[in-house]
Amino acid sequence: MKLTPDSKPTNGIRALGLKKAFGEGQSRTSVLRGTDLEVLQGEMLLLVGPSGCGKTTLLSIIAGTMSADAGQVEVLGQRLDGMANAEVTRFRAHHIGFIFQQFNLIPTLSIAENVSVPLLLQGLRPAQAEQRARAVLGQVGLGERANLRPGKLSGGQQQRVAIARALIHEPSLLICDEPTSALDSENGRQVMELLRSIARDPRRCVIIVTHDNRTYRYADRMAEMEDGVISRYLNSPAEIADAHGISLAQ
Amino acid sequence: MLRLALKMLFGDHAKYLMLISGITFATLLMTQGAALFCGIMSWTYSPMRNVRAHVWVTDPKVEQVNDSKPLRDTDILRVKSVEGVASAASLYLGNNQARLVDGSFKFVALVGLDSTTLAGAPAEVVQGRLEDLRLANTVIIDELAIERLSEGRERPIGVGDSFEINDQEARIVGVCKTVRSFTGGPFVFTTYDRIASYAPGQRKLLSFILAEPGAGIAPADLARRIERETGLRAYTREEFMWSTIWWFVRNTGIPINIALIVFIGFVVGIAVSGQTFYSFVLENTRNLAALKAMGAANGTLCRMLILQSMAVGFIGYGIGMGLVSVIGNLVLRTGKVPFLLLWQVPVAALLAVMFISALAAVLGIWRVARLEPAIVFR
Repeated sequence: MKLTPDSKPTNGIRALGLKKAFGEGQSRTSVLRGTDLEVLQGEMLLLVGPSGCGKTTLLSIIAGTMSADAGQVEVLGQRLDGMANAEVTRFRAHHIGFIFQQFNLIPTLSIAENVSVPLLLQGLRPAQAEQRARAVLGQVGLGERANLRPGKLSGGQQQRVAIARALIHEPSLLICDEPTSALDSENGRQVMELLRSIARDPRRCVIIVTHDNRTYRYADRMAEMEDGVISRYLNSPAEIADAHGISLAQ
Repeated sequence: MLRLALKMLFGDHAKYLMLISGITFATLLMTQGAALFCGIMSWTYSPMRNVRAHVWVTDPKVEQVNDSKPLRDTDILRVKSVEGVASAASLYLGNNQARLVDGSFKFVALVGLDSTTLAGAPAEVVQGRLEDLRLANTVIIDELAIERLSEGRERPIGVGDSFEINDQEARIVGVCKTVRSFTGGPFVFTTYDRIASYAPGQRKLLSFILAEPGAGIAPADLARRIERETGLRAYTREEFMWSTIWWFVRNTGIPINIALIVFIGFVVGIAVSGQTFYSFVLENTRNLAALKAMGAANGTLCRMLILQSMAVGFIGYGIGMGLVSVIGNLVLRTGKVPFLLLWQVPVAALLAVMFISALAAVLGIWRVARLEPAIVFR
């Protein structure tokens, strides 16, 4: 799917001609070379590719945590390129949920306090935020462990806490960076099942960067990246299954 | 978020204890050093605290109370003739040797008070009577003298006992409370007309003249008048106190040495707290970057760091001051160690601690402000 400036706007993600390079002079390296990407609401898109192809850089730009050297990026109908830092920060706080590879839970806080962070960043009172956090933890099956610290939980449980934290403020975009790489197959399966159910919400879109081919069967679409550009889109679970020789998720 | 900032800090027990320890130690060193300095300085003018007078008249060259250049006997008449002087009394102040029963000698600070008025007498006589000082060969000693002069005795020396000063009997008729002197010797009070026998070999014995102003006359005005009319030097109590202190500041190594202690405390505080806090921020870099990625503004993170740093500062300061109070109480009970905690010392220590905390926070803020949230994706 080739995007042009005339393509119809979506409410998910639309990146057009993104370029990003690092370093100076002879050591300057182009990581994104005019990358286009589209993610629709109500779908889960997997962004895959070899190490160093630019997946993380693309994800960072979409998330607003890094600015591109050139190109346009539109997230949930808002143009992030050209937006002031403070505005982008506020946008992230209200509209984007993050799931990190290493969970990034604060070890000295209880999991309820960890989950409440996005609400606190929006200015909610601590008591209210924690009450909602406990409710969301209940939805991911960890309600009874709300007072425990992350170190007392298994990897799979910690990732579920991270998912709860990513969802508590009801963001429209969920950005996941290798959400299953630190998990065993059973925990990884549970996490992907959860993410797929979240992606079914037509108000949301989910983008996952991953190396883990165990996750391919859960995707609605896949974008394969190579040398800083999207080399191929696989636009249905069947295409993904054919291309990678896997069975579809039930 | 601020509450979570404190929980992040308190939850990292090792770092928290190290931060608190650094500030506590710095507070202890700075405050203890300053209190020691103030205590020593207060001992330098202890003769003035033990011999009370509003105006001290001295030789023009005298700068501090422990130095006396004897005046002429006629000088007291000249001072008495100055208008506004309600009374003027002779005072001897000098170091002498007391001979104990076992034949050993101890150095004492001998004070000769005006025989008629006993002007400048100690404020608190705890045993015996001040008036008995007018009896022959009598002295009043302080509590330190009991300790020093009791060597060779079966029981502590006290009222009714005797020792010798320059082969002359010194019979104890009273015990008083005094402030310790810088030179370390106990105070022994007697009358001025007895000094000639206790301190022979000195042609002139008049160390100071103690003048009292008449009704409605300020001590400072009287001092200036005495100086103009007699050519002698006259200090109010306050002026002589500061002159004595500044003399010791200029002429001894005390201020430099103690200032070094205080400075070391300050530097230790900065080094330990700054380094530990920076290390705390470094260890939490990914968490802070994740917070940034999730939408925490730089201002929010900076406020968190400032709160953490200030919390450590206040808690460490509180513990440090608590320790200073305990130590101060213990040393003051012994009466042997100079320690004076003026209100300015804790205030100055608090300002120093706040500076240390602010510097530590700035180091952390500098790091956080440059933090790229994208590192959480690496």
